[in-house]
Amino acid sequence: MTGHTEAGSYEMVVGLEVHVQLTTATKAFCPCSAAYGAPPNENTCPVCLALPGALPVINAHAVELAARAALALGCTVHGTSIFARKHYFYPDLPKGYQISQYDRPLATGGVLEIGESRIRITRVHLEEDAGKSIHDRYPSASAIDLNRSGVPLLEIVSEPDLRSPSQAGRYLRALREVMLYTGVSDVNMEEGSLRVDANVSARRFGDANLGTKTEVKNLNSFSNVERALASEFERQCAVLSRGQRVEQQTMLWDAARDMVRPARSKEASHDYRYFPEPDLPPLVLTDDWIDRVRGSMPELPAARRARYARDYAVSDGDIDVLVATPVLAEYFEAVAIASGDPKAAANWVTGEVLAERKTAVHAITRASPVSSGDGAAAPGSSFPVPVDRLAELIALIRAGTVSHTAAKAIYAELVRVGGAETAKRVAERLGLQQVGDDAALRAWIDAVWLEHAAEARRFESGEQKLKGVLVGLVMKKSGGRADPRRVNQLLDERAVRG
Amino acid sequence: MAITFDDVRQIASLARVGIDETRLPVLAGELSRILDHMAVLAQVDVSASDAGGPGNPEPGAPLRRDAGPPIPLSEALSHFAPDMRGGFFIVPRLATHEDDASEEET
Amino acid sequence: MSADAVRAAFARAREMKAGPDGLNIVLAENSDAEREAGAMTAAEGLGGPLLAQPIAVKDNIATLDIPTTCGSRILEGYVSPYEATVIARLRAAGAVIAFKTNMDEFAMGSSTENSAFGTVHHPLDPSRVPGGSSGGSAAAVAAGMVRIALGSETGGSVRQPAAFCGVVGVKPTYGRVSRYGLVAFASSLDQVGVLGRTVDDAAAALGVIAGRDPLDSTSVDIPVPDYRAASRRSVRGLVIGRPREYFPERLDPGIRARCDAAIDAFRSAGAIVRDVSLPHTDYAVPVYYIIAPAEASSNLARFDGVRYGLRVTGSGLSAMYDATRSRGFGPEVTRRILLGTYVLSAGYYDAYYRRAQRVRALIEQDFRSVFASGVDVLFTPTTPTTAFKIGAVSDPYEMYLNDIFTATANLAGVPAVSVPIGSSQGLPVGGQLIAPHFGEATMFAAAYALEGSLGSASA
Repeated sequence: MTGHTEAGSYEMVVGLEVHVQLTTATKAFCPCSAAYGAPPNENTCPVCLALPGALPVINAHAVELAARAALALGCTVHGTSIFARKHYFYPDLPKGYQISQYDRPLATGGVLEIGESRIRITRVHLEEDAGKSIHDRYPSASAIDLNRSGVPLLEIVSEPDLRSPSQAGRYLRALREVMLYTGVSDVNMEEGSLRVDANVSARRFGDANLGTKTEVKNLNSFSNVERALASEFERQCAVLSRGQRVEQQTMLWDAARDMVRPARSKEASHDYRYFPEPDLPPLVLTDDWIDRVRGSMPELPAARRARYARDYAVSDGDIDVLVATPVLAEYFEAVAIASGDPKAAANWVTGEVLAERKTAVHAITRASPVSSGDGAAAPGSSFPVPVDRLAELIALIRAGTVSHTAAKAIYAELVRVGGAETAKRVAERLGLQQVGDDAALRAWIDAVWLEHAAEARRFESGEQKLKGVLVGLVMKKSGGRADPRRVNQLLDERAVRG
Repeated sequence: MAITFDDVRQIASLARVGIDETRLPVLAGELSRILDHMAVLAQVDVSASDAGGPGNPEPGAPLRRDAGPPIPLSEALSHFAPDMRGGFFIVPRLATHEDDASEEET
Repeated sequence: MSADAVRAAFARAREMKAGPDGLNIVLAENSDAEREAGAMTAAEGLGGPLLAQPIAVKDNIATLDIPTTCGSRILEGYVSPYEATVIARLRAAGAVIAFKTNMDEFAMGSSTENSAFGTVHHPLDPSRVPGGSSGGSAAAVAAGMVRIALGSETGGSVRQPAAFCGVVGVKPTYGRVSRYGLVAFASSLDQVGVLGRTVDDAAAALGVIAGRDPLDSTSVDIPVPDYRAASRRSVRGLVIGRPREYFPERLDPGIRARCDAAIDAFRSAGAIVRDVSLPHTDYAVPVYYIIAPAEASSNLARFDGVRYGLRVTGSGLSAMYDATRSRGFGPEVTRRILLGTYVLSAGYYDAYYRRAQRVRALIEQDFRSVFASGVDVLFTPTTPTTAFKIGAVSDPYEMYLNDIFTATANLAGVPAVSVPIGSSQGLPVGGQLIAPHFGEATMFAAAYALEGSLGSASA
């Protein structure tokens, strides 16, 4: 992205720091549940409450997920990495320090490809989350909930390789996909399992040096990230073009006012006083262990895209929709295989199924509609219509037993009954089986000929363009049940007869 | 090593320990003298040393299964919490805090 | 019958005036102790040397129902909702926690004069300190209240008071004993230590509490030998190193005399005594007083008045932190927090903390080299002086020098024990044995022999 000013053109330079919450059952350093949504402070223990004398013990699965994510991002996972204490005082940070990693992180040197761009990943490291502070629940007080304190986080830091808000958005979507595919995180920005901080600077084109960067926080959706980047870049360009210098500071995105504003600085400086965590020996990962994690890697988005194009001839647009949501893709594949008709499966899943999921309200805990790929909610874990029912419906359409129009109504009913009935049974019950019986069809055609005599006459005399209208009228007269192919043929006969 | 009053104020602020201004001279003096004793370390040849640390052979940090049960507490939190309401730990609202929770570090 | 020992402990405590208006050894008593002891033998029918034995526990080790104050106002009245692993193991062996003992605040000190609840008075001479920071526990054993007490070691806090009080004090190898429930002072140095009337008492207690704990990532998975049995082994042929750096010219003559007698006793028992050198010994105190306060400043950051302990309300959150911590921490703790914060802060980390860790590695290397050269244990004085008068040492650094012979073992992580080896001008003198990592068995053998051959004063 460039900002043109009177003084010249500026280039936007962006690096993103993304934190994702790992999908472990328990916390990073204690066996408390890491589940979301419990009553305040229910999931706490001496360790995550930082009671005197408590000690951390590393969660093996958190390490495995972290390694998996790092490998999926093309990083080098280091055989030895060190945890470090990062000190600051805040009521939702019980120990007064966060256990994180500093100069010996778990992984470094990866890359994420988005289209033609390769965005370098500087590092990936493991750390623990802080609790939550709620400032508006009680007057002049803050309410602290430590359920989240100690939940494992992965911090993924990119090099300042991003050059525009939309590129940043693509990076985030791609990163999110990788996290979903590796099962590492739910990456749901609304629920806080994905957080983004941006480092933004501006420089003249051709300038190899980086400008002074500001950090932008409080970004709660991908679209807000893009808007905030644009807003902050504009602000910096204005500063620079006035001949002033950009001040290094933290900015907050104010969604209400659609602008960035400086954070009220609460500390003159952030001296985190990092030192190696003495309560944890170095994390040692053998080559064998790393190889095993690499070997058990699920299919990554890029590979899935290629496979869908190659094996199922799915269109690019449909691929994007399917791949963006792994559960949708898995459902699609199951239906494609069960029905033997990938094209129809793709149409249905990206069409009716997705539309229904988006408006559905789930009773399941993490209730949220299907993602639009916007960093918002992830899909529910179940589809109301079982794979074999949808496959059956596709087969019924192909056999001509039901029309496409009728199939939509049948699908809606299948959703309602949760697949308790077969598609055929539903079609019968709703009287939606396609009627291919010539006598019945002729009866409907005759009825339409009577009601629309003028159009019928004109069609018979050769006005082919009225055929579509008349077919439509016959379909309507039949309540959608008429076999449109046969209706077409019968109409053709009438036209010939004249 | 001369520790100034400002040094003491700065350190005390980092450590969130309120220091009475009247104690500054004494503290600055004590800390300076203690740090003087440490100066001798600057002369030690550490080239033969590794990073240091407790001297046990290290197979690496032990890893724990990702499962409960959680470590039990014998008393409810309210038993020892200075101020709890609705299950939350209550603290005075951060003086510099405005209308968003975003200023928390992560 | 089975509660006899516990009853006797309380009786002795009353007799010795162990409470706040007397020797000030005891901060809290377990009012349930007699009942627990009675129930123990009735229910368990177990054997074991600790069955129904009353134990005194330093007040920085978490116990249920009885407060754990760490000798600090910031935890006054705080009752831990979980117990330390070492406590659980003692109770599983049938022991009864009878007393929580007074200590230097957060284990920072060498005299217990830094306790927020007043200093402990030496049972033999109440005008003197018992040593610190585990002064209360050492005094409890010396006063005859208990045979076994738990303390904690960071720079000598079990061995030094053991030497001052004329009892046995053991610091295990770092990682030998779980730290889960030991309120952290300096995490890379801390260990729960044992004070005992005799070497055998200490060996018995260590055998019960030692061993890997899945709740402590720094506890090591190495089998625990039978220390009591090991202590009976002959020291004939044992090579005892006498490091010259621990016998400086200026060493107190009374202490030197007792140490010389101990060396002679070893020779008479058939041990071989060899002069050795631990060249980086002189750096121990500066190294210790960078690393320990640094880690302490970090470990004490959790005391903020938010979730437990003292809270002093001010105008807003910042004021609450400042007021709580300034009111809750005493001067020595404050001094060390400031020192520790300073040596970790930006610009100073490399010159202080990182450098200190590198010199520490050299100190550890000294021990490894000496032990690799064929030395089985080292023998040194435990302290440079005998128990000093309350109020005699006011300069902080002078107080730190009390750790001069003990801090090296903590820095290197090796096990060490102080054994009473007589007295000088009526005050107990301790001799120290230092063994290789996880060499407690050898250490106990030497200690037992020393105790036996000298007819130890506190048998």
